Amino acid sequence: MTEKEENELKAICKKMRENCLTMAGAAGGLGFHFGAAMSIIEIVAVLYFKVMNSGVEAYEQRDRFILSKGHGVPALYAALCCKEIISGEELMTFKGDDTRLYGHPCKNKELGIEFSSGSLGQGLSFGAGVAMALKRKGNDTSRVFVLLGDGECNEGSVWEAAMTASKYKLGNLTAIIDRNHLQYDGDTEKVMPLDSLTDKWKSFGWEAEEADGHDVRQLYAALMKKSALPRVVIADTIKGKGISFMENIPGWHFGRMTAEQEKTHGQR
Amino acid sequence: MEINSRAVRAWSMMGQTGQFGVIMNELAKCNENFCVVTADLCQFSGLERFCQEHPERFYNVGIAEQNMIGVSAGIASEGINVFAASYGSFVATRALDQVRISMSYMKLPIKLIGLTAGFSAGILGPTHMALEDVAIMRTLPDITIISPADCTEAYKCLEAVMEYDRPVYIRLTGSARAPIVYSEDYNYEIGKAIYLKEGKDVCILASGSMVFTSLQAAGELEASGISASVVDIHTIKPIDKSIAAIMAKHRLTVTVEEHSVVGGIGDAVAELAMKEGLPIRIMKIGAEGSYPHGAGYTTLLYRSGLTKESITQRIKAAIEK
Repeated sequence: MTEKEENELKAICKKMRENCLTMAGAAGGLGFHFGAAMSIIEIVAVLYFKVMNSGVEAYEQRDRFILSKGHGVPALYAALCCKEIISGEELMTFKGDDTRLYGHPCKNKELGIEFSSGSLGQGLSFGAGVAMALKRKGNDTSRVFVLLGDGECNEGSVWEAAMTASKYKLGNLTAIIDRNHLQYDGDTEKVMPLDSLTDKWKSFGWEAEEADGHDVRQLYAALMKKSALPRVVIADTIKGKGISFMENIPGWHFGRMTAEQEKTHGQR
Repeated sequence: MEINSRAVRAWSMMGQTGQFGVIMNELAKCNENFCVVTADLCQFSGLERFCQEHPERFYNVGIAEQNMIGVSAGIASEGINVFAASYGSFVATRALDQVRISMSYMKLPIKLIGLTAGFSAGILGPTHMALEDVAIMRTLPDITIISPADCTEAYKCLEAVMEYDRPVYIRLTGSARAPIVYSEDYNYEIGKAIYLKEGKDVCILASGSMVFTSLQAAGELEASGISASVVDIHTIKPIDKSIAAIMAKHRLTVTVEEHSVVGGIGDAVAELAMKEGLPIRIMKIGAEGSYPHGAGYTTLLYRSGLTKESITQRIKAAIEK
């Protein structure tokens, strides 16, 4: 990745964060999953603008992205807006009645949303199924990316899927863990210790790699690697990244900004 | 394939659950575009030959029913026909959220197979009895529910769903050496009830294993001067609305199912009667009360009153009232 490309990606990330704040403003009192969206901005940006083969049409050779941690969806809408798949105007419909942009992703061909998530722990099984189907169809071009939260790894079905991907050697499948160390009730290690996620995934037969989840260069390198085995990138992130008073604060998993906060940060 | 008496006899020896995999193997001969996912029940559901002959179309995800549904959803979303099979109790309860999201919310056309639905695995205890699967599935929007009456109908419905682009749950009831309702080929259509016997006094609407038992009961009733119609409600949802006219012609409608009386075909029929404003009497026969103690299949049917004797007796008492 050239320095120019890196700077372009950084600018996209900044724009995506602004888009998130726009949506948070539109949602108003309905609240917003700030923490979970902000921590995955760089991951989604690198996937959508650098790694993945994607577009408006659901063509066969596209790469598939599955946002298993559905509550992080503002980051996805923000990216779709930067890609001009949705308009800035539509962004303002976030969480409005009958919007295409509600609080969790809803399967939608036009938006390239492959899977309706929200109920955690289901995306990796779905992704494994998609990866199996691609192999069966002889499509060895498309890759499948599944983005999970670290707290989401409390769900047993994640590990059922991990075993399956390993058994069927789904080299076309890459999982990314948003390792922001926080879940609804606080520190992941206090709620339900995950210890070394890297060791866990390795012991399940995956190729695992750690990366700084806010460093686009590191993420790009990790996500471009291919293998005969399923791969997981443990992306070390900061919940609420980019909004100083939200960073690493569990209370900002979900919330709403005051008028004052919106004024200071929403306009930047 | 040609349905002949030899095939019918062979299938009935296996029973609906054991026959499932055998049918998959049979259908694979003329259909390239489907695969099967199981949760460690390959042998149990007769899938061994399919697995040997079509390893690339067979996925065993281990004892992980939730994952089985998730994986099947992924396969279905890529346009491949997929059958997912496990115990009826586990697919309807253990994996319910996955079923709800994938089949109902996303409307992915998974063909979900509930093995040993009802009491046939009842010796293993209530964990393996599926007595509420229909009730649960009925509450989920957009899922078609089918319960074949015998092994011939199981074949017919599995063949029919191959071309059916909607989510469907197929509950397989009964044990090995299952009685035969359809001894030769016939016209089968999803959603269309089959009038097996025409009568005047009582209209018996049955599904799954209880179709044969109901035919037997109708025979007994005939001997007592009560004329009974018997209808095979193989498609429980959407229910065939034309049965309303038949119900209206009889003095009593009776539903019989190897399932709880709560939420099963009894309630589906009652809802239809209510919607149609039919002024009719309905009696529901099925499993009631607490989960029974684990026991053999025939014992459990006997204790739940799902025998021809018990059904006959209850209908007689009701009609004489």
